[in-house]
Amino acid sequence: MTTSIQGNGSQSKRGIPAVLVLEDGRSFRGRAYGAVGETFGEAVFSTGMTGYQETLTDPSYHRQVVVMTAPHVGNTGVNDEDPESARIWVSGYVVRDPARIPSNWRSRRSLDEELERQGVVGISGIDTRALTRHLRERGAMRVGIFSGEAIADEAAMLAKVQASPQMKGADLSAEVATKETYVVPAIGEKRFTVAAVDLGIKGMTPQRMAERGIEVHVLPATATVEDVYAVNPDGVFFSNGPGDPSTADHPVSVMRSVLERKTPLFGICFGNQILGRALGFGTYKLKYGHRGINQPVQDRTTGKVEVTAHNHGFAVDAPLDAATDTPYGRVEVSHVCLNDNVVEGLQLLDQPAFSVQYHPEAAAGPHDAAYLFDRFVSLMEGQRA
Amino acid sequence: MPKRTDIQSVLVIGSGPIVIGQAAEFDYSGTQACRVLKSEGLRVILVNSNPATIMTDPEIADATYVEPITPEFVEKIIAKERPDALLPTLGGQTALNTAISMHENGVLEKYGVELIGANVEAIHKGEDRDLFKGVVEAVNAKIGHGESARSVICHTMDEVLAGVDTLGGYPVVVRPSFTMGGAGSGFAHNEEELRRIAGQGLTLSPTTEVLLEESILGWKEYELELMRDKHDNVVVVCSIENFDPMGVHTGDSITVAPAMTLTDREYQILRDVGIAIIREVGVDTGGCNIQFAVNPEDGRVIVIEMNPRVSRSSALASKATGFPIAKIAARLAVGYTLDEVPNDITEKTPASFEPTLDYVVVKAPRFAFEKFPAADATLTTTMKSVGEAMAIGRNFTEALQKALRSLEKKGSQFDFVSPVGDKAELLAKAVVPTDGRINTVMAAIRAGATPEEVFEATKIDPWFVDQLFLIHEIAQELGAAEKLEPELLAEAKRHGFSDAQIAAIRGLREDVVREVRHALGVRPVYKTVDTCAAEFAAKTPYFYSAYDEESEVAPREKPAVIILGSGPNRIGQGIEFDYSCVHASFALSEAGYETVMVNCNPETVSTDYDTSDRLYFEPLTLEDVLEIVHAEQQAGPVAGVVVQLGGQTPLGLAQALKDNGVPIVGTSPEAIDLAEERGAFGRVLTEAGLPAPKYGTAFSFAEAQAIAAEIGYPVMVRPSYVLGGRGMEIVYDEPSLAGYLERHAGLISEHPVLIDRFLDDAIEIDVDALYDGHELYLGGVMEHIEEAGIHSGDSACALPPITLGGFDIKRLRASTEAIAKGVGVRGLINIQFAMAGDILYVLEANPRASRTVPFTSKATAVPLAKAAARISLGATIAELREEGMLPKNGDGGTLPLDAPISVKEAVMPWSRFRDIHGRGVDTVLGPEMRSTGEVMGIDSVFGTAYAKSQAGAYGALPTKGRAFVSVANRDKRSMIFPARELVAHGFELLATSGTAEVLKRNGINATVVRKQSEGEGPNGEKTIVQLIHDGQVDLIVNTPYGTGGRLDGYEIRTAAVARAVPCLTTVQALAAAVQGIEALTRGDVGVRSLQEHAEHLTAAREA
Repeated sequence: MTTSIQGNGSQSKRGIPAVLVLEDGRSFRGRAYGAVGETFGEAVFSTGMTGYQETLTDPSYHRQVVVMTAPHVGNTGVNDEDPESARIWVSGYVVRDPARIPSNWRSRRSLDEELERQGVVGISGIDTRALTRHLRERGAMRVGIFSGEAIADEAAMLAKVQASPQMKGADLSAEVATKETYVVPAIGEKRFTVAAVDLGIKGMTPQRMAERGIEVHVLPATATVEDVYAVNPDGVFFSNGPGDPSTADHPVSVMRSVLERKTPLFGICFGNQILGRALGFGTYKLKYGHRGINQPVQDRTTGKVEVTAHNHGFAVDAPLDAATDTPYGRVEVSHVCLNDNVVEGLQLLDQPAFSVQYHPEAAAGPHDAAYLFDRFVSLMEGQRA
Repeated sequence: MPKRTDIQSVLVIGSGPIVIGQAAEFDYSGTQACRVLKSEGLRVILVNSNPATIMTDPEIADATYVEPITPEFVEKIIAKERPDALLPTLGGQTALNTAISMHENGVLEKYGVELIGANVEAIHKGEDRDLFKGVVEAVNAKIGHGESARSVICHTMDEVLAGVDTLGGYPVVVRPSFTMGGAGSGFAHNEEELRRIAGQGLTLSPTTEVLLEESILGWKEYELELMRDKHDNVVVVCSIENFDPMGVHTGDSITVAPAMTLTDREYQILRDVGIAIIREVGVDTGGCNIQFAVNPEDGRVIVIEMNPRVSRSSALASKATGFPIAKIAARLAVGYTLDEVPNDITEKTPASFEPTLDYVVVKAPRFAFEKFPAADATLTTTMKSVGEAMAIGRNFTEALQKALRSLEKKGSQFDFVSPVGDKAELLAKAVVPTDGRINTVMAAIRAGATPEEVFEATKIDPWFVDQLFLIHEIAQELGAAEKLEPELLAEAKRHGFSDAQIAAIRGLREDVVREVRHALGVRPVYKTVDTCAAEFAAKTPYFYSAYDEESEVAPREKPAVIILGSGPNRIGQGIEFDYSCVHASFALSEAGYETVMVNCNPETVSTDYDTSDRLYFEPLTLEDVLEIVHAEQQAGPVAGVVVQLGGQTPLGLAQALKDNGVPIVGTSPEAIDLAEERGAFGRVLTEAGLPAPKYGTAFSFAEAQAIAAEIGYPVMVRPSYVLGGRGMEIVYDEPSLAGYLERHAGLISEHPVLIDRFLDDAIEIDVDALYDGHELYLGGVMEHIEEAGIHSGDSACALPPITLGGFDIKRLRASTEAIAKGVGVRGLINIQFAMAGDILYVLEANPRASRTVPFTSKATAVPLAKAAARISLGATIAELREEGMLPKNGDGGTLPLDAPISVKEAVMPWSRFRDIHGRGVDTVLGPEMRSTGEVMGIDSVFGTAYAKSQAGAYGALPTKGRAFVSVANRDKRSMIFPARELVAHGFELLATSGTAEVLKRNGINATVVRKQSEGEGPNGEKTIVQLIHDGQVDLIVNTPYGTGGRLDGYEIRTAAVARAVPCLTTVQALAAAVQGIEALTRGDVGVRSLQEHAEHLTAAREA
């Protein structure tokens, strides 16, 4: 969706105007940031104060224009270690005060340069808080950013925004997932093999498994049940990813087969929604989603609260109060977000499968939920015993 | 799991007097805690010796003990009240240390009192350097991150000297264990410095222990504020990054929230380490603060220290995020978990989350080195600032510039117009951290320094350096622009430039810039501090200004009263003024107004978003206040602005606000000016037939010479228009007068010098009164214990007066009424009188809330500031008597005979300061105020009340032992009787030869000791200074000798400070102390709550 025009040095861009236009007609005027041109996507805001590099490269943000509520972005530049995938996925980037110089011993280049290099159109210098409040009150919606010569009269820009595709009903996993299977080797002694279905997986997820002695076979989103079992897995994993879970019929059917075979199963984010659907629950779009690294989630099995990283615009519609019977046995909601009681995790009671809506791999974000990877390991250990 | 049901009553310990390193933030946290506990249905018992606090208001706790915070007194309170639990984590190091010693001496066990919010083992693990090192090692073993600086623990000077070799040589950091605000710590670059700093540190440490550490100067410094509940849920409330790198105490650094220059990975390492530490230390419930150093070269993380309690940083973090740490800590202490406590601001989300900010907070320290000219102004790991200002902006530059102008100090804002200095010189100067180093850096940038050069000199992170360059570039654009285009003006405002700065750059007047700006429609909007970056709707109107698009100020119906606070704490304008502002807010809210507080001091109760209906966390400059008034006038009716309660800061704005059409309520700006302006005030006195000491106003030495000669020496000289007696001195002869004018050339260039007759031997009297235009309510009459010439803020005083009779009170009342009427007061007035012989002189009048309002209010059980606020808005004293806010009959001048006696004592910051040679600074009191805080002793008789005030301020008076007496000639006569009393109480007297001679002639035995100037005797006889250092002296009486033999006294008094020996520097104080010692010797010094005192007083009033 992004079209990029030529790049300029960041200093000379200070004067290039840019306009952000929301599908309901509200607009904000600022300055170009990153690439100059036009771009469209779903406007969402992220409240994390650190971790912009991880956010930008998280495939779940595909086709979204991310508004950073933290005013200063780019202060630590861009390094080669922190990206969560090989490229920036956001379709547009909105910040208030971009850094003029990066400062960090690991920094290799500035964020502005990186955005420009990857053709990501952004806007800076707007009232990001006003925009965030607007999205909070009206809900996530389509947006366009226009800079330099792409700026037209408001009506024309608005028409373009309104003509751009919706997030609801979008099937995007295949666009972001790997095309070829690849293997992330276990760190240290190999204990398990996991087949990870890539629906938009973040680099930290296989890393967290590898740290626990798991050899991770990352499979394309289109992988079949046969592909999954071809690696002879001890466990199967379904990753996070972009788009509307109600469109993800293929992964749901693969998941059902895994459930039938009672292979230990773990899902994160999109993977949680797919488990929900596989069990017969519906999914729905949240008004403005959860995107940040400060969300309180309660593990209902222990009562403990963990501060967690979130990035989801959809959620599973499951009853909080009691276990539900499904073709695969009883399931209960294991985790909830204390801010709004959204379902944040599902756990099957009669077979080894669970999933969470948030991000225990936490890049960016707190490491409070890392224990879930240990839980996955125990399921696989249990199956073996 | 909700509240514990086995606790019905809790004892909360406050932090005592305001001192450097332990200030108003503990009133904020303690007040929050008491309110929370009370709302949970618990009986709250409070002890705090500081009357100038909201927490000691009788409504805040069920039983409020304004008694010394010492294990002895707290035990008496426990024995009387028998609380179930003791909450020690909200009163700073004072409360924590007191609680630990009561645990250790078995008092808590004896009375079955449970420590909540902290356990002794955790406190030790957190605060004991050696144990904490073990904690960090254990954490590293678990999570692979975090280490301590290499260090050695020492208990003797020999161990210290050996320790340096172990660490690989100088420089080393010296840190005494268990001291507050880093007292006694510092960098030693050689053996001489080491001996001095470590020697002092060993003395200061209650465990005679110091830690030597490898130097990590120049590293990046961070702090995390964490909270943990009993279910082991842990949240990081706030990250703070120090603008000044390692080497400057965080209390003296400019600090920024959130951290600006960490990637998520690095931040998460600090978070993981922080959480692992709070668990390892075993803080069961509550908050803690952990400080880190990060090597900018490779990210190596060193854990510097932790405070297992609420701290100055946690108050800052609470204000910076909207997450009230103390309030939540109190809830956790009584059994709640974080997920059971709602977030006040959103009301519907829980406290078990981590606040996220969509703004930047900058805190800047306020220093008072001008009060201690001998003190070394280099910033080190010992905290030296006396207050701080916080500012919120939508970016760093805006927050920084707002913070700098909030400091309200000449030269604190960036200056872009003075002549450009020498780059090399400025860079060299910037190497040493001092008050205002950031301004030096800006001057270096103006002089052409490169970012690399600035970093090289200061080690300030390059991102921050670039932000300073950004500010400089905008200043240059402003200067170069042909005209002020709206885009450029808006850009400058978005980076925090004040109208005054823009005016200076453009060569315009500030009001012209403002007019242009308003004409161009460039005005601020107000955003909300909401803990969640707008993710959820905020219910609490806690605002800051920003030059952005959308304002969040909601319309309202009720008339608003805007109360201007007092800005950063400084000597002469401290927590007392905040107290009055908070009271006004409470009283006006009750009276049906919508209260709007404006202040920029994060340590205070006034900037708690719970205090007023709306809070604007903004600088108190004309520009910022005018914009707030405008915003509030857009939102609904504004009844007026209250300026008379926040001290000199709002008072100074009164006239300009009025000139800009802002309604000022209470005493009019013209009346304020009348009292400030000497000539006009003189006419008021003449009309009322009141005598004032002879005085004159001089613009030159010749004039000063003539005036002084006419008045007669000694004279008191001072610059006009200052608060806290800044630059005020007693001058005994003409050469000294010439010297004074030379030294203060800077201060008096703008304002003339006032020369007053100095009333030697006069009794000084302070009066606080209310006046409504018809009736006078005499709030209280305070008799100073020190004679006239000691600044009233530094002098101890008694209320009711102990030597004044009914006739004197009558005269004081008549004079006060005449002045209040003549000036045109509507609200509070404070007048200082001097009684010399039989004449009552008027020294000065201040038509505003004074420093003594909280003391007077507590001593007489009448809320004077509340009444003043009501009078400002039109209520009469008669109405307030009717309502019950003021007593039905009588006032503070007609207290019943058996009313309790309250003594206020000032607390001085001497031990904080060293001169450049590392010696202590002199401790003599004078006409310039230098105290940072005060305590109150209250009892039925003067002696006991005085003894309590001393115990609260400096430690208990000794009841036996050796007393050293050495007084100036003029004091020798009045010393004889109290000296005899000391002997009668069993003291052995030591005296220098001259004093001993006088004593002997009067039949009092005294052992002669050698003066310091005489040196050690031939047979090794020690000098008095050596004796003090050896701990052989229990009480010191030393009055200054004029100018001559000053040095001896100086050595004696600084030794007394170093060894914490009570040191009396006036004969009057000696007389009072003797009464106190007598009371202590008699034993049975009891404790009584303010509520009991008030009940007694009310009963007596009505009898």
